[in-house]
Amino acid sequence: MQFCSLIKAAWTVFRKDLRCEFRTPLNFSILMIFAVTVLMVISFAVGGIALDPTLLAALLWVMLFFTAMTGVARAYVQEEETGTALVLRLAADSAAIYIGKVLYSFVILVGVAIVVVPLYLVLFSVAPAMPLALAATVVLGCLGIAVTGTTFSAIVAQVTTQGSLMTVLSFPVMLPLLWIAISSTSTSFVGSNLVALAPDLAFMFFYSGMTFVASLVLVEYL
Amino acid sequence: MIWKYAMGLFMAAVIIASFLLVPPTQGLGDMGRIIVYHVPTAWVAVLAYLMSMVHSVAFLRTGDMLRDRKAAIAAGLGTLFCILATVTGAIWARGAWGMFWNWDPRQTSVFLLLMLYVAYFALRASVQDPDRRAKLAAVYAIFAFLTVPFLVFVVPRVYPTLHPNLINVTERRYEMDSIIRLVFLSSVVAFTGLYLWMFDLRLRAENLLDQLERERGN
Amino acid sequence: MAVRVVCHDLTKHFPPRTLFRGVSVTVEPHSLFAVTGRNGAGKTTLLKIIAGLVPSSCGVVQIADGGRILSLGEIRQTIGMVAPDLALYDALSGLENLAFFAEVRGVAAAREQIAELLELVGLTKRRHDLVATYSSGMKQRLQYAHALLHTPSILILDEPTSNLDSAGAQVVYGIMQRQRQHGSVVYATNDAREVALADAILQLD
Repeated sequence: MQFCSLIKAAWTVFRKDLRCEFRTPLNFSILMIFAVTVLMVISFAVGGIALDPTLLAALLWVMLFFTAMTGVARAYVQEEETGTALVLRLAADSAAIYIGKVLYSFVILVGVAIVVVPLYLVLFSVAPAMPLALAATVVLGCLGIAVTGTTFSAIVAQVTTQGSLMTVLSFPVMLPLLWIAISSTSTSFVGSNLVALAPDLAFMFFYSGMTFVASLVLVEYL
Repeated sequence: MIWKYAMGLFMAAVIIASFLLVPPTQGLGDMGRIIVYHVPTAWVAVLAYLMSMVHSVAFLRTGDMLRDRKAAIAAGLGTLFCILATVTGAIWARGAWGMFWNWDPRQTSVFLLLMLYVAYFALRASVQDPDRRAKLAAVYAIFAFLTVPFLVFVVPRVYPTLHPNLINVTERRYEMDSIIRLVFLSSVVAFTGLYLWMFDLRLRAENLLDQLERERGN
Repeated sequence: MAVRVVCHDLTKHFPPRTLFRGVSVTVEPHSLFAVTGRNGAGKTTLLKIIAGLVPSSCGVVQIADGGRILSLGEIRQTIGMVAPDLALYDALSGLENLAFFAEVRGVAAAREQIAELLELVGLTKRRHDLVATYSSGMKQRLQYAHALLHTPSILILDEPTSNLDSAGAQVVYGIMQRQRQHGSVVYATNDAREVALADAILQLD
């Protein structure tokens, strides 16, 4: 019963966030423009040089990481800036808010990835050997970034001088995830053995799962 | 007071012994002596970070500000010893591998560990309200600490390590002869004592600062 | 329900200053409790500590129903708050805001309750407009509707009538008197008329 009401409240928060987002789709557009700009800048700088698959994969994740840092950070920071954070905390369980915000960040990140990844493949003329593996990697990577990023967003939102604190806090914690995502992405470009990817995908899943559980416990104290 | 003098003498004895009793290592020459400093500083760094984590958990459970202060001090000392371990490690790497820094897994992990705690202090510096600062820092410290196992799992997969192991796990024996082992273990004790002493000094200083601030506030 | 707020020895430091020290008060059921004091004395912070939104430096707040101390989840259902630094969602309409909070809190018979409250604060006509288009007084009226949504036992009001016209202020005084029937009101004010309504007064200095 309690679990049901938690999920229901989380879903309500998620729907509210999406609705606010689509009323003023400014955030999402800016995020998309940011990601595309980074992509174009890299593409322009690289020119026509053929890149090593690992380097290509690293570029993709660097771009997704920084896009996430500008976007996911908003999940809680925006509530704090508009003064709605306190009202929301009075109304809902912190775990429910957290789950709702993770869902929201995940949807936004996947939304950006759906546009940016194909564009990236075209610009760098990459034909992934295992497109489904690439898709799975991107989705799981976005999940991990959404889960941890949302936690740090909750921390950063309460900080007086935010600056680039979000990136500083997230980078060392997310690095294991990014590393595996990069290795998995580059395998999906050139490899042919799907089984070899399984541990990487499993790692990303467990990383997200563990940080999710830890966050659920810790957000109570924020 | 007396044990501080004893500590000083003991530390001095360990330092002298590291030069007189420990023989030059095969292949590394005098460079091998650094093990007497490198490993204990790394051990103290881990111990201090662990203590910081324990105090952070205790803070969230009790809300006792003294716990927050202890967590911050332990994290600060952990970072100091971590830097010492990194520097001594780099000096050793220069002798053994020919380069100060080559992103060996151990070096990579230690670098990330330092970044985690730099971020911890960046977070602390960004919050003005001390009660809120304590809360946020504790949550971050616990969260960050929980991701360290992933680091340990991932990093060796990215690069194979060349770092020597002191304990040969398969044969269950120490790869050291008895005299080096004695000096080495004494050094571990001495550095742990040094850590406890420094912790005590910092805690007393912070308590005094806090008291001063309160008196000034009234 | 007889919900009581007990503050034990509350202290809040904002280094290098101490806002207040050793505040111990009890807010009795069926009472209006006023907190007064010059600007910067910590009225808002005290209210936020009671609501559980800001940690205190020392001391605890206990909210008890009879002899039983309420859990965090129960406290959330017990408190309604209106304050100048709280806000509702600009991108949603007044009605959507109330519907969202009713759903998050799991309020039963939300539709009737919302309609009634909108009528009470006089926003029925503008209920489909975005909050962004509201005046500051209307936003505050909507906040009252939001704070009463789950019929809280404790109403916490920071400067209850700061943005309201005299008609709005009358609505608020009505709400406060009605609230006294089944719970209590803790409010921070420096307005002499509002202080005069109180059953108990805490002066912060």
